[in-house]
Amino acid sequence: MIVFDHVSKRYPNGREGLSNASLSIEPGEMVFLTGRSGAGKSTVLKLIALLERPTRGTVVIGGKNTTSLASRHLPAFRRRIGIVFQDHKLLPERPVFDNVALPLVVAGTPLKEIDKRVRAALDQVGLLGRERALPLELSVGEQQRVGIARAVVSKPPLLIADEPTGNLDPDLAVEVMRLFKRFQEVGVTVVVATHDVHLVRELGLREIVLDHGRVQGTPDDDPLAGMVATR
Amino acid sequence: MNFGLASYGARHVQAFLASLGRLARNPFSTLLTSIVIALALALPLGLELFVNNARIATGGFANAIDLSVYFKTDVPLAKAEQLAKSARERPGIARVDVISADAALAEFRAYSGFGAALGVLSANPLPHVLHVHPASDAGSAASLDALRRYFAAWPEVDLVQIDAQWVMRFNAILELLRRLLVIAAAILGAGVIAVIGNTIRLEILNRRGEIEVTKIVGGSNSFVRRPFLYAGILYGLGGALLAWGIVASAVAMLRAPVATLARAYGSSFALVGPTAQEVAVLIAGGVILGWLGAWLSATRHLRSIEPRA
Repeated sequence: MIVFDHVSKRYPNGREGLSNASLSIEPGEMVFLTGRSGAGKSTVLKLIALLERPTRGTVVIGGKNTTSLASRHLPAFRRRIGIVFQDHKLLPERPVFDNVALPLVVAGTPLKEIDKRVRAALDQVGLLGRERALPLELSVGEQQRVGIARAVVSKPPLLIADEPTGNLDPDLAVEVMRLFKRFQEVGVTVVVATHDVHLVRELGLREIVLDHGRVQGTPDDDPLAGMVATR
Repeated sequence: MNFGLASYGARHVQAFLASLGRLARNPFSTLLTSIVIALALALPLGLELFVNNARIATGGFANAIDLSVYFKTDVPLAKAEQLAKSARERPGIARVDVISADAALAEFRAYSGFGAALGVLSANPLPHVLHVHPASDAGSAASLDALRRYFAAWPEVDLVQIDAQWVMRFNAILELLRRLLVIAAAILGAGVIAVIGNTIRLEILNRRGEIEVTKIVGGSNSFVRRPFLYAGILYGLGGALLAWGIVASAVAMLRAPVATLARAYGSSFALVGPTAQEVAVLIAGGVILGWLGAWLSATRHLRSIEPRA
């Protein structure tokens, strides 16, 4: 699903976000990106969503080399990726329904279909009935779940999340991670960047550790991750 | 376009309603912008009406111009009448009156005050004369001149008198005003584009976050731009309607005093408001300028907003 081949990313300010990183994530897999802040987790996610382009190396998403993707194909590409942000990036003056519906609206989905799918997505995150609420009327955990509903409403094959539990207390964090696990169970590839190592260990899923922009050997005995990291 | 034409139309309706709603939520600033646009559109329309009304008000005078065709004194009346007959068949001529030398002398004797002195003359020194009234559509300087040449070409004609100079001056003034109208419309049209472009620019900056999120979830540039284009069109439409209102009320307020003035000059002239065609051009102009201003601004400023998560 995702292959990084000797990817480096240097930002305009000279900071090296990623250096010579190679990694591979299989379709239907759920993977954690861990490491200290500034280790390159966010850079990996940005490169996956084409919010940034690599300075060197190639990024292949869904069998497609993204280096040659023209910017006019970018919208269609992004519609196949659900993104969850730490600050959830909801539109504060729009009700929950509009926020969740946005990916469907930009894709030109018929209104009837939008209504059905938004309700389904809100149901999945346990917020059915809150369609008319404004984001600021919700708790932080609820806002994050609205963000997740928005990310999955168009049923993308790939879901990426940047510190989705960063602002949540431990109970809510576990709940959100379980939610991601449920999406993985129905076939979605899930990539979660987090610094919450305990939570990751608890779930027992593959972990890609980043340090100073480099992919480290994995701490547990996952053979696939080890192979990828040394490739 | 995965979902076909109906959904494409539905998305346009959505974008239109969203833009309308946004403008309605800020009635004060929407009104201010519309007023600026309305003033810029009302000025050329007002000038157009001025030129039109001036042409209509003076049209009577221009058509009242006569050509006086003086025959040589040895031309008999029968010949003059025969020539008058053939002139009547020519297009561009409304009426031809033959004034015989005798009739002219009688008239001169009655009105000039030289009656007694004229009795001294042994023979009538006056020639036969044709009074030619041009048709109403032949009042321009050029067609008057063509008429003059037509009569002057006859060997029996001594002199063709025509006071076309003021007609030419008047037409030149109208032509100048019309040219000014075009220049004013061009300058003010550019002003409308600038006003709408700037309004849309501010709107885009205000909604930067929303635009970024929309792009992150896969909104194309044209999707993001669409509501701004509709906003521009609505500004242009609102400004045009307001301009129509301004000009129509100005015409309504001027109608009575203009009629009074016209009566004082013995004219039945009544002030003419904008025609349906002029209103249509005004509204189309407003909409097109609004769209263009929004398009230029949105295309330029939206490109610079790329999501940086």
